[in-house]
Amino acid sequence: MNVLDTLTGKAKSRVWLTAALLLLGLVLLPFLVEASLGKSWVRIIDLALLYIMLALGLNIVVGYAGLLDLGYVAFYAVGAYCWALLASPQFGLNLPFWIILPAGAAIAALFGVLLGTPTLRLRGDYLAIVTLGFGEIIRIFINNLNAPINITNGPQGITLIEPMSIFGFSLGKTQDVLGLTLSSPHLYYYLFLLCVALVVFVCVRLENSRIGRAWVAIREDEMAAAAAGINTRNIKLLAFAMGATFGGLSGGLFASFQGFVSPESFNLMESIMILSMIVLGGMGNIPGVILGAILVTVIPEALRYTGDLQRVLFGQVYIDPADLRMLLFGIALVMMMLFRPAGLLPSKQRKREFAEDAA
Amino acid sequence: MSDLLRIANVTKHFGGIKALTDVSFTVRKGEIFGVIGPNGAGKTTLFNALTGLYQPDTGAIDLAGTSLYRRKPHEILKAGFARTFQNIRLFHNMTAQENVMVGRHTRTTSGVLAALLHTAHNRKEERDCEAYAQQLLNRVGIGKHTHTLAKHLSYGDQRRLEIARALASEPKLLALDEPAAGMNPNEKNALRDLMVSLRDEGLTLMLIEHDVKLVMGICDRLVVLDYGEKIAEGTPDTVRHDPKVIAAYLGGEVAA
Repeated sequence: MNVLDTLTGKAKSRVWLTAALLLLGLVLLPFLVEASLGKSWVRIIDLALLYIMLALGLNIVVGYAGLLDLGYVAFYAVGAYCWALLASPQFGLNLPFWIILPAGAAIAALFGVLLGTPTLRLRGDYLAIVTLGFGEIIRIFINNLNAPINITNGPQGITLIEPMSIFGFSLGKTQDVLGLTLSSPHLYYYLFLLCVALVVFVCVRLENSRIGRAWVAIREDEMAAAAAGINTRNIKLLAFAMGATFGGLSGGLFASFQGFVSPESFNLMESIMILSMIVLGGMGNIPGVILGAILVTVIPEALRYTGDLQRVLFGQVYIDPADLRMLLFGIALVMMMLFRPAGLLPSKQRKREFAEDAA
Repeated sequence: MSDLLRIANVTKHFGGIKALTDVSFTVRKGEIFGVIGPNGAGKTTLFNALTGLYQPDTGAIDLAGTSLYRRKPHEILKAGFARTFQNIRLFHNMTAQENVMVGRHTRTTSGVLAALLHTAHNRKEERDCEAYAQQLLNRVGIGKHTHTLAKHLSYGDQRRLEIARALASEPKLLALDEPAAGMNPNEKNALRDLMVSLRDEGLTLMLIEHDVKLVMGICDRLVVLDYGEKIAEGTPDTVRHDPKVIAAYLGGEVAA
């Protein structure tokens, strides 16, 4: 808003033109992707959008407030299971989305506070270990909650989950919209895009607010923040709760999109992946986090083609694409640490920090 | 002059170390009150115990009728007791203005919802907060550094910024922990003028300082600590001639 005010009329219209082109591009993206790369890629960009939401949520906790959370996937799991239990044959329920999504987000937020409360005194490594444990507790809990009363169906997971249905308009099947025939992944794409826009909006507004400043102050120096009048307990819990809310929201969307949830979708590796998206893209910077989420989701999928490529070139597969993925990922992270420690698109503040350390 | 801060029998022990024992004194409204003593006398511990960074073991702390005993730092700040730190503690990667705006946290109210909706109240509060911060930066003499990162400011300016951040909470009482440490004579003089002018505007100041000339010249009254105990209290003149104080600073026995 402030940036727009300072621009001249000409520059302003250029900004609007760019925004309009970007919007058009985003609307057309699934069609372009389907035409060029095939149908499966529409699902991949859907997943990328989900990960953007998750990464932006974790970014509030890690990027703004500086609280290293390695159990973030627990909130994703809570949101996903909330949807799975309230809209599947498991309990014979099929509640509408406008009840489940807010309920999932709220329950996840509650779990965020539950996790946050005992860890208030911890920082850095210690906090990371406790949150890691919390993430595992939730997963193992879900894994074993099939006896004595079967709630989560244990390791088998929950199947036949109802797809998202917005006032009778189901996103689970092919629909005709304005003369266009849209398949289910296309429909979810637009829903997720809308949700990402909402999450970005919330993040931008919070970043430039009294609350956002308080988060950064706590990250910079917690004792000074307390002496400057910040109720560090409440503001840290708020960060956990806000982050968890987005996790819960993404979880619900994931369950409806996938139609199936099981505990193994929510393991430690997933938490680490989400954290890597933030670190890779640029901690605390929204465009950076989005870029990180896209790269970390899309590159492994693209690497699948290397299997075929090897077969064509050498007649057999020497390096399994899954191994290649971890190899490249490791190299990428090491390179990042060496050459762009603040991330691909660092936030202004992180840039300052690292610039100073290097000098 | 009426009493602003009353502390009675404040004690803080760390294991076997008696950092503070039964410290009692009163700070009057509108004065500059010095806290001096040799190294390790417990001056900073006293500040930490008063501002909630340490929990005192026993005692009573009372600011203008409100008990601050064992309250949280942010509650103490809200009650009107602000402080600075001996080793400057700024938010280094935030600008000078942002630092002061954080200091205004307790005097502003916008929460998550207000920030999301950009309510009229929220926008006005942000604008006012920015203007207020700028005003304070001008007041302490670093008005041209609005958008400079705290860590890029000179040492003396960092001290000033810390004072501005503390002032942003509109305190009744401002406690400065060795504000002149490491300053050159020019910076010291400017700091002294700032403290005097703040007092003249009605602010009460507490000051820990090692520069005896500065303390004696500026303080209306002072208290002397040694090994965590109060050994003297009074005007600079009485304290200067107190045999216990002389003994504490110069060593040796007090002649009976």
